[in-house]
Amino acid sequence: MADNFTKGMARNIYYGGGVFFFLLLLGLTFDTMLVLPDRDHRENITEAVAKGKHLWEINDCVGCHSIMGEGAYFAPELANVFDRYADSDNDGVGDDEATFEAFLQNWMAIQPLNVPGRRQMPQFNLSKEDVHSLSEFLIWTSRVNDNDWPPNKQG
Amino acid sequence: MKYESQSVAKNYFIFAMVLFAGQVVFGLIMGLQYIVGDFLAGYIPFNVARMVHTNLLIVWLLFGFMGASYYLVPEESETELYSPLLARIMFWVFAAAGVATILGYLFVPYSKLAELTFNDLLPTMGREFLEMPTITKIGVVIVVLAFVFNLGMTILRGRKTVINMVLITGLIGLAVFFLFSFYVPDNLILDKFFWWFVIHLWVEGVWELILGAILAFTLIKVTGVDREIIEKWLYMIIALALISGLIGMGHHYFWIGPSEYWLWLGSIFSAIEPIPFFMMVVFAFKMVRERRLEHGNQIALTWALGTAVMAFLGAGVWGFIHTLAPVNYFTHGSQITAAHGHLAFFGAYSMIVMTIISYAMPIMRGRPQGNCLKAQKLERVGFWVMCISMLGITLALTVAGVWQIVLQRLPDSANALSFMTTQEQLHPIFWVRLACGVAFTSGVAIYFTSFFVGDKRGLVVAD
Repeated sequence: MADNFTKGMARNIYYGGGVFFFLLLLGLTFDTMLVLPDRDHRENITEAVAKGKHLWEINDCVGCHSIMGEGAYFAPELANVFDRYADSDNDGVGDDEATFEAFLQNWMAIQPLNVPGRRQMPQFNLSKEDVHSLSEFLIWTSRVNDNDWPPNKQG
Repeated sequence: MKYESQSVAKNYFIFAMVLFAGQVVFGLIMGLQYIVGDFLAGYIPFNVARMVHTNLLIVWLLFGFMGASYYLVPEESETELYSPLLARIMFWVFAAAGVATILGYLFVPYSKLAELTFNDLLPTMGREFLEMPTITKIGVVIVVLAFVFNLGMTILRGRKTVINMVLITGLIGLAVFFLFSFYVPDNLILDKFFWWFVIHLWVEGVWELILGAILAFTLIKVTGVDREIIEKWLYMIIALALISGLIGMGHHYFWIGPSEYWLWLGSIFSAIEPIPFFMMVVFAFKMVRERRLEHGNQIALTWALGTAVMAFLGAGVWGFIHTLAPVNYFTHGSQITAAHGHLAFFGAYSMIVMTIISYAMPIMRGRPQGNCLKAQKLERVGFWVMCISMLGITLALTVAGVWQIVLQRLPDSANALSFMTTQEQLHPIFWVRLACGVAFTSGVAIYFTSFFVGDKRGLVVAD
């Protein structure tokens, strides 16, 4: 670096830039907090949805699956699993909640599949009510405005 | 070693390396599970192996940062550490908490572990990278606070160098942003938004300050270049890291709920993120070229240069290739992400810890000019095998990611292959990745061996 560019100048850029952009981040965070309610539809977070999220966490589902593209990449994306399996009119958006829950109840019950060589989901011994909560949580998640991700149903 | 109390770093470094070995073993298990899906399924399910792999990484890097800080802060401050005893006690507290947590993952089903650790009182478990039980998180807070306090007191009563100030700022940031790991709302979107305040503001924020400070310290020591010059570079590198990285957080906000404007902000600012890493490369090579002394520990110099280059490739280049929103729309959550994660963590953070270990460990073992030539030669082999294998892993995962996108993401819903079918198509590439993983493991073994070979007095320089 040029000699007439001093350490003092570099220090000022560091402190000035760091503080400015941190404050900008706080401002944008504040703005996002104002906008989010319309995008996440938090008014639809029922007790079942909250419980479903809790079950999702204490069973470490994110250790294999991704949700909204975040998590592990070992098992299918689940933020759009409702769209994938319960889209009766084939418009890309899930609509049949009863079918989805029935599917999930069955799917959770028959684990592990024990297909040799296939990636294997464990049996989590969840009650019917638990799976109902999980289903409600995944349905709620699928309806968040996520700028139309993923590109197609396969996630 | 200029100050007696610097030696508390030794245990931290040794334990970091033990955990590193563990991390690599679980990486191999997962590499195989990607192909033979039911390998060890009843004993170590994939999610458990992954938790162990990633949590060991985080914990060993923290041990490494702590060791580095305990080593360099007294030397920079020109005074003994405020309380070596506190540092020793916290080592054992952290080591015990870490080991207990890993054993918990391995031997107790995760939901049972949540129950045993009273997760319901303050639920924080089950989020990526922050899987540790709430009580472990509280333990980490205590250990980190004691650590920051100890260093802060040392700096306060000693010389306040730029390296010291940057390092302590980074460490305070590390402690503060970790507190967001205790915020777990029922709303998944809010949860995700603030989860990134831990993850992103660590690895693309304050950890870069820590990385910069350790690199600058090592370069001063092994090149003898004037501190004024090195500090100017350090300021500019971390300035650009923060200027780009803070709003660059937007690249995580594209598809998880926040508004459209993040697509622009995230793309633009994260496109600048490679620049500080590129500057780090220029900086490291320039300092070495302009060196004023020939330090006997040449391999420490290699590690410093290697860190700059590999961090630039992993964090800079592999970050950039999928950071623009129109690209990320297709790559988000694919094997591309895994490719970037591996090279960035290894190149930036694992390697900076090994850099300071390579420089400081010989000194703490009574070898002021580094290990003997034989040991340095072996360490150099380990260095290259690890670096090349990690590049191999990254390239394999990148090919896997591109092919995954072609099969699963680009076609429309009617024609796209399912996730599981796509993964089967990728098996040949996953074999290549596993082979590179095995090579990497051998590199680690060679590296470890280098600690134990040759002349115990280290490099003897004839005057």
